[in-house]
Amino acid sequence: MARMKFLADAERCIECNGCVTACKNENEVPWGVNRRRVVTLNDGLPGEKSISVACMHCSDAPCMAVCPVDCFYKTTEGVVLHDKDICIGCGYCFYACPFGAPQFPQDGAFGLRGKMDKCTFCAGGPEPDHSPAEFRKYGRNRLAEGKLPACAEQCATKALLGGDADVIADIYRDRVLKRGKGSEIWGWGTAYGRPEKQPATQPGAKS
Amino acid sequence: MRKLLLIAVAAALPLAAAGCGEKPTVTVYKQGMYQGKPDTRPWDSDQSSTSLQNQWQKGDKVAWEKAIKARNLGQNEYVRGAQTAN
Repeated sequence: MARMKFLADAERCIECNGCVTACKNENEVPWGVNRRRVVTLNDGLPGEKSISVACMHCSDAPCMAVCPVDCFYKTTEGVVLHDKDICIGCGYCFYACPFGAPQFPQDGAFGLRGKMDKCTFCAGGPEPDHSPAEFRKYGRNRLAEGKLPACAEQCATKALLGGDADVIADIYRDRVLKRGKGSEIWGWGTAYGRPEKQPATQPGAKS
Repeated sequence: MRKLLLIAVAAALPLAAAGCGEKPTVTVYKQGMYQGKPDTRPWDSDQSSTSLQNQWQKGDKVAWEKAIKARNLGQNEYVRGAQTAN
């Protein structure tokens, strides 16, 4: 099994926001927090392009590097997750992330910032799998159910692919050959261009 | 009187010793090491609470990978179309 990755195909995305809705629904993400969003470039102009953006679960994740309390870890499947019980909500990861993935629930008159929340690749967190605590903090653990992220699986045009890097890269290559254009994959080089870090030797160990 | 004093001391000893058994509540920080709780691998989770109880047994990595691969390949509509046409 290779690493789990997302692939956004700008040629196919129709900006329906189905992935955003699926993510919100599947993980019961609170109001004001958007784990996934659709970004449109040159909106309203001929040839506009849309892409679905969330945590890309980078090979060499900058959020992991800057976290002052080391609350991030990478699973053996290459999914970048974090422990909310350790997070202090400092926001360093937000500034380090090239995709703006880390989200912070805000509340109160002084904009109190809560613990960081981000896409988990529908892989839950360090709480026991399928437990109420895991769902409350991190959302549903579809990966432990043998499923892929809800956003990618429900995508009507299959503009958003998620899963084993080798398989989705093959699907995309086949697609580009058939349509004869649009070989650029937005964010792929940024997220996966650096050498893959060694997978965790123990469950939960930081690689 | 001496007997009473002895009983009082004997009763107080466990209470005094209990104070020595206090565990440290502060995390020992190791730079660059993950500080949180350990996570289980996806194939190691208990499936009894999910709707996919019969897909694989707990700890069966091969069956889990098979399920994920099927989902992966299901994203290729060219292949899906060909399968439907055949």
